Amino acid sequence: MTDQNLTVRFFARLREELDTESLELPATPGQTVEGVLSELAARGGPWAQLQGDQPVMVAVNQAMAKPSTPVTPGDEVAFFPPVTGG
Amino acid sequence: MISIQTEDFDVGAEYEALRASGSGTGAVATFSGLVRDSGDLSGVTGLFLEHYPGMTEQVIQGLIESASQRWDVRKARVIHRVGRLALSDQIVFVGVCSAHRGDAFAACEFIMDALKTSAPFWKKEITGDTEHWVEQKDSDLDRTQAWE
Repeated sequence: MTDQNLTVRFFARLREELDTESLELPATPGQTVEGVLSELAARGGPWAQLQGDQPVMVAVNQAMAKPSTPVTPGDEVAFFPPVTGG
Repeated sequence: MISIQTEDFDVGAEYEALRASGSGTGAVATFSGLVRDSGDLSGVTGLFLEHYPGMTEQVIQGLIESASQRWDVRKARVIHRVGRLALSDQIVFVGVCSAHRGDAFAACEFIMDALKTSAPFWKKEITGDTEHWVEQKDSDLDRTQAWE
């Protein structure tokens, strides 16, 4: 991991269906959560569900975020299904 | 205090710790959640629970702080288990002590309701030969919304 990258993490059903716990993406200037989602969804196959019908929640640096939230080098971005604890 | 752990917990010991929170405490409310045999599926034989380490603790800490701003909270304790759990196992414990029962009941229920819809835990139901990630319920969202 370098500070020029974003660390992207997946949890629960998304982690299983994407067969990925985490990956590194190069950060680009002016990037937002929406941009990260589009880039990953473009991989096709199970990745397309990141922009599909089912809700995908996102956290940036472990705080809940929105599609418009900016992301910068070194950030941890996490995608996951709606939470179901308790 | 917040604990996310695979190990079981002892409600009696947790209650005694809350009870020892000081002579101003007049009420202790506790809640325990257990693994049930039916949820999204029937014939559930166990659960698997996953969480987002770090974020989970931060979210729950925020809920305790919100509760402390609304009600008299002398001490709050949250325990949530993760990993594989069997039927009737304890999943979650919320305990709150206050001067009076109204605040203890309300803060305990608020923390539990808000935990279900905002703390990053995910439950998978296991039956004989299938596994199913539990879907978030509108009824749970409604309960959290009702506190706003």
